[in-house]
Amino acid sequence: MTTTVHKAEQPLAAAQPQAQPERTELRVALAQIAPALGDRQRNLAKHLEQIEAAKRERADLVVFPELSLTGYFLRDMVPEVALNRASLEIAQLVEAASPMALVAGFVEEAGGHQFYNAAFYAEAGRLLHVHRKVYLPTYGLFEEQRYFSSGKRFQAFHAARFGRVGLLICEDLWHVSAATIMQAEEVDVLICIINSPARGVDGPKIRTAETYELLARTFSQLLGAMVIVVNRVGFEDGLCFFGNSMVVGSDGRIVAEAPQFDECLTIVGCDLDELRRQRLITPLGRDEQLLLTIEELQRIKRRRYES
Amino acid sequence: MKVDPVETDLSINPGLVEDILVRFIRNEITRAGFRRAVMGLSGGIDSTVVAYLAARALGPENVLCLTMPYKTSSDETRRDSQTVIAALGVQTLDAPITSQIDAYFAALPGASRMRLANKCARERMTILYDQSAAFEALVLGTSNKTELLLGYGTQFGDMASAINPIGDLYKTQLRQLATHLGVPAQILNKAPSGDLWVGQTDEDELGLTYAEVDRLLVLLVDRRWQPVQLIRAGFDAEFVERVLRMIRRNQYKRRLPVIAKLTHRTMDRDFRYPRDWGT
Repeated sequence: MTTTVHKAEQPLAAAQPQAQPERTELRVALAQIAPALGDRQRNLAKHLEQIEAAKRERADLVVFPELSLTGYFLRDMVPEVALNRASLEIAQLVEAASPMALVAGFVEEAGGHQFYNAAFYAEAGRLLHVHRKVYLPTYGLFEEQRYFSSGKRFQAFHAARFGRVGLLICEDLWHVSAATIMQAEEVDVLICIINSPARGVDGPKIRTAETYELLARTFSQLLGAMVIVVNRVGFEDGLCFFGNSMVVGSDGRIVAEAPQFDECLTIVGCDLDELRRQRLITPLGRDEQLLLTIEELQRIKRRRYES
Repeated sequence: MKVDPVETDLSINPGLVEDILVRFIRNEITRAGFRRAVMGLSGGIDSTVVAYLAARALGPENVLCLTMPYKTSSDETRRDSQTVIAALGVQTLDAPITSQIDAYFAALPGASRMRLANKCARERMTILYDQSAAFEALVLGTSNKTELLLGYGTQFGDMASAINPIGDLYKTQLRQLATHLGVPAQILNKAPSGDLWVGQTDEDELGLTYAEVDRLLVLLVDRRWQPVQLIRAGFDAEFVERVLRMIRRNQYKRRLPVIAKLTHRTMDRDFRYPRDWGT
């Protein structure tokens, strides 16, 4: 597994109107791994290895792909590989990463023995947030609703170094509701972990990779937020996961992209000050009419569900 | 209503496809605990492409290409197989099937050409699987998407394999990949044939050309056009119906045998584990 380091352009020194963190550079480690299918122990070891490598690179945040602890095409293995939030394996990862922040994917077994395709965010040794995938693709090659219950919330949270953080999983990024709610949540950094298999090989780039790039850049543009997308690599039952993990700056430009197909820990230096500048240039969040949206959605709700 | 000519671009990015397929072969072989592959080489475009991909994925010393001629196999078939073997430096074994096929049919006069063809295909399959044990290898399949959809193959014969790298590529697309891989022109340019009798060609036997059927299949299968829309767009109604019948009629070949369900968990239905379970 290789490590590549990208450095975003350094910001111009500017007078700051308020107290700022000591460093404005955020070092993000994109842990683009090939999880072993259904083998939690092997995956745990791989996570610990990557966490150590990310720490050596002085990363502030390491992000693993969707279902990074289990692999994707689990089918009837879902209940066999499930964890809960208090599981020792999660505690072990959170502690190993500390004080660095960590995002990883797992199958969550919750009350009533319902299973969720979930992701957790931890920092400084504490589990801060769990997101349960809301939109479970069940079409074409996908069959997630057969195995998972769908999450009921898109909720952002406050992280010490990064401001408001939103966490999404794969298909969530294909839905405008996620964009609308994340904007209303005023996120500064949006993290989306994915397991996207390659489909469409007629162009210079895999078609699904193109789509993710388009979505990540669009979300960044609409939210004025930094967007981190981490995909996996490797094969499962003939599906080729293509990688191409990326960081998109708050201006919609791609800051760094991990390689196609190969496992790689990509370290990306991101400029947190860029967010403020972007919001001064294009204050979409300020102008957003949240109450109008709510009222219009209420009206549509009455028409579609209550009449 | 006159519809504009339908855009049916079957072009692929062959470099990208090669990259995915080479990684696919390497991954599937090694995750199962192997490092070698065995395959039947006919000298046709499909098996040649698979041989090129396998040699790149595993190294030529880890690929065993079997030639399994029957007495009617043409000289061209033998020559083209040898060209591929020499070009790639793969391992090779010649295992003619004439004696066992003829011994079997000696007592069964009047067997149809179809029975002979299927028997040959299944004989080759048993040799490949036997050699896979001897060579500690997995069997690579060489059926393309066009054949799989039309059912133009022998169930448990040439359709049998452990891993099929080219089953999602139409014949038209295989030609593009073959050109990119540097497959010799003599193989690229000859008419596809099962080579079971003198002068046999796929297109004669199927009664259609790969160019036209691939155009239809990509719209029907991949882009989900309805038959009525295809006919409106200028496809011959009889041709569309015929191809649809072939796809439907041969569905059974693309599936494992159906099991009568009695319990809550049945192997082919709700005992749902991935093929790559535990690897």
